[in-house]
Amino acid sequence: MRSRSLFQLLTLIGLAALVLTACGGSSKKKSSASSGNSGGTLMTVAKGAPSGSPDPQINYTLQEWQLLIISHDGLLAFKRTSGTEGTKIVPDLATEVPKPENGGKTYVFHIRKGIKFSNGKELKPSDVKYTFERLFKIGQSPNAGTWYNVIVGGDACVKTPATCNLSQGVVADDAAGTVTFHLTKGDPEFFDKLAVPFAFILPTGTPNKEVQIPPPGTGPYKFAEYNPNKQIKLVRNTNFKEWSKDAQPKGNPDEIIQKFGLSAEAEVTQVENGQADWMFDNPPSDRLNEISTKYEDQVHVNPLTAVWYFAFNVRVPPFNNLKARQGVNFATDRNALVKIYGGPKLAVPTCQILPPNFPGYKPYCPYTKNPGSGKWTAPDMAKAKQLIAASGTKGAAVKVNTDTVETDKALGLYFVGLLNKLGYKASLQALSPDIQYPYCQNSKNKVQFCWSTWYQDYPAASDFLNILLGCGSFIPNSNASPNIAEFCMKPIQAQMDQALQQGITDPSGANTKWEAVDKAVTDQAPWVSLFNPKYIDFLSKRVKGYQFSPQWYFLLDQASVK
Amino acid sequence: MAVFEPEAEGIVLDAEETGGDIVGRSPWALAGRRLVRNKLALGALALFVLIVAVSFAAPLYANHVADTNPFESNISGTVTIDGKTVDVLQQGGGKLGLGETPIGPTWRSQYFLGADNQGRDVAARVLYGGRASLEIGIGSAVFASVVALIFALVAGFFGGWTDAIISRLMDLIWAFPLYLLAISLATVLLTSPNGLTISFVHVSADSLWIPLVIIGFVYVPYIYRPIRGQVLSLREKEFVEAGIAQGASNLRLIFGEVLPNVASTVIVLMPLMIATTILTESALSYLSIGVQPPKASWGTIIQDGQELLYTRPWVAIAPGIMIVLTVLALNILGDGLRDALDPRSKVRVKA
Repeated sequence: MRSRSLFQLLTLIGLAALVLTACGGSSKKKSSASSGNSGGTLMTVAKGAPSGSPDPQINYTLQEWQLLIISHDGLLAFKRTSGTEGTKIVPDLATEVPKPENGGKTYVFHIRKGIKFSNGKELKPSDVKYTFERLFKIGQSPNAGTWYNVIVGGDACVKTPATCNLSQGVVADDAAGTVTFHLTKGDPEFFDKLAVPFAFILPTGTPNKEVQIPPPGTGPYKFAEYNPNKQIKLVRNTNFKEWSKDAQPKGNPDEIIQKFGLSAEAEVTQVENGQADWMFDNPPSDRLNEISTKYEDQVHVNPLTAVWYFAFNVRVPPFNNLKARQGVNFATDRNALVKIYGGPKLAVPTCQILPPNFPGYKPYCPYTKNPGSGKWTAPDMAKAKQLIAASGTKGAAVKVNTDTVETDKALGLYFVGLLNKLGYKASLQALSPDIQYPYCQNSKNKVQFCWSTWYQDYPAASDFLNILLGCGSFIPNSNASPNIAEFCMKPIQAQMDQALQQGITDPSGANTKWEAVDKAVTDQAPWVSLFNPKYIDFLSKRVKGYQFSPQWYFLLDQASVK
Repeated sequence: MAVFEPEAEGIVLDAEETGGDIVGRSPWALAGRRLVRNKLALGALALFVLIVAVSFAAPLYANHVADTNPFESNISGTVTIDGKTVDVLQQGGGKLGLGETPIGPTWRSQYFLGADNQGRDVAARVLYGGRASLEIGIGSAVFASVVALIFALVAGFFGGWTDAIISRLMDLIWAFPLYLLAISLATVLLTSPNGLTISFVHVSADSLWIPLVIIGFVYVPYIYRPIRGQVLSLREKEFVEAGIAQGASNLRLIFGEVLPNVASTVIVLMPLMIATTILTESALSYLSIGVQPPKASWGTIIQDGQELLYTRPWVAIAPGIMIVLTVLALNILGDGLRDALDPRSKVRVKA
């Protein structure tokens, strides 16, 4: 999932990550499970409401997903805990994770009995079918046509949402308590897709149109208020009884409130004063020193499975030349870029596509002085100049495209200076954050060098490599073409396809293949990968039991304020 | 009808103003003498000239004093202070060490006012920024004045349909909230990735000409109106009618008779307009729709400093002070010019 910037997570499309392994991912010790006192109100603040629709099958922001995971459930879930365990798929409304049948094209789920929605209705298998049909019928679900069209009947539903009929693809048997999914082809990421809010189960009868407050769910909380101009309020769902601590543990606070309308500066001050318990937005850069010196016990820093990068357009001069792309990669001082982002405690330089501790990740950095360790150490200007001279692209005009957000623009300005030093005629093209990403994606605009970021949707190498650099992800003349480098190499694509296929039955073997794909793509230098960012949580003194899930970030309901 | 008598009102008039000793001196010479006697206006003029001079000396300061390129990032750079090598961007403190803070004012030749978050010398950028702000401010005021003057002369002199069409056009521009119009134009033109192409003329998106013309354009009606009023009135004066009777051409009447009589109004308005256009440029640049980075103007530097208000307030304060001083100097100078060129207005104001 692509994000605007770490400092603008309101518009972040997506989620966090498979994170650190042994060190667990946080700079602080993590509590292993919820053991805090229950009661009280967890007061949180944010600059604004989650962008887009409040509808759980439409909204695609971390901000709302952090709340939806405690109000709703899917058939499966990411284990609700910190560390790498938090990337594990566990059964939620289903009694167990099913085995693939028919070559990964069929899955039979047994639905738990006795679970009730917050409106008192009992959960039935037919609600599952209703939910998936609604996903297509509302017509605005961003990933319906790319993630869920693999269900038999899904493609037809994408074409004519109003008459969507998944009776062949999602077979519900209320009497037997089962739901059987039939897929058109094996999908190694199908379980991940069932564990995110688009696929959270809603009661039959939920309107097949966008709703302005999330409908009843089965989680420990329910939405009592959703006012985008004021606040979101969640209160306890009295019909909830804990059935799986791993999938949906009982929460601690009685109420969770998120207030809107403050600047990030004001959010910091409120948390410092104890008026708020947590700020959704990252603290602004000029307050970082203050909070890291005066409030260090209230700060948690966690690495994310995300990458910030500049994409070359490999079909437009001068970067249709491999040597030119590699030259710029060698010249890039990634430490300087880390400094712009907030310093070495907030980001780690990288040269490759996959982030650390991700399936398929193996440290690899050919674009550094003294390569070999897999880590970036310093730029190699001599080699860069040699490569660019050999490319014959010196003197070409290059527009460095970023948005107008301060950090992003600063990164762009760095590259304007660097490219000029390397002999190009570079200038900055800073566009409004609303249009910059679609503008870069559209091949008609012939953007030469574009800033972007990507935060994982779920822990799978294909979510980076295939989505961002696969041939199928380049859609000419479209504003929705995530392969902004326009990179497509048939031998590498063949490797990706093999890895995807192998992932259905042998995820570990597939990850070895993804490792090779990551290396091959990095060698072709379609990007200058900059760094892997970290995330700051700033909490009030009274908050106990902080847990950071690599998938959902701060687990709000597991914190205790009593 | 009551007759206005300055002495009775306690107003002391100069000899020239009483009409006692004006023989042999042109109105311009008289105005010059009045201006020279206005110490406050002269001080303001001196301050403005000084600001212009130091701003245009920016390359000298950057190359020979600060030894820096203020348009290039220096993120990993260092500077020597009291024999110690110090990072230009310094890592945050505490165990967590979060954030990077630019070096503060050193009060030495290098990084006199500190660095911004790109590690660039703020003092050098403020001087370069002054150059851009003044170029745009003066340029757009001149642009607005020339365009307004031409339209006002044509509309006021010919009257009738010509006046009606031009005046309604000006009303149309006037009817838009000024900043909203400027922001709309700037958003379209400056964020257009490939700049602006009109026929064979291409202006790149980061050219200073775009904010200059936008700002000049939105202020045209503000100058047009008072001048048109004056031209309408002058058109009926005897000396113009005498010119017509003698068969003088329209062109000669406009440029030979009317223009000299409205020139003083334009001169009085000019410093006030420059002050206004500098403020507008700063506002647009602050909103990222004026001067484009890595170029600097006082507005863009204030924007750079906004992110550093808590830790490095000088980044925003320094260009802010320069704007205040420049605008203040121009306003005082404008008042002085008005008093010098139109002493009756001074009398009216004082009365």
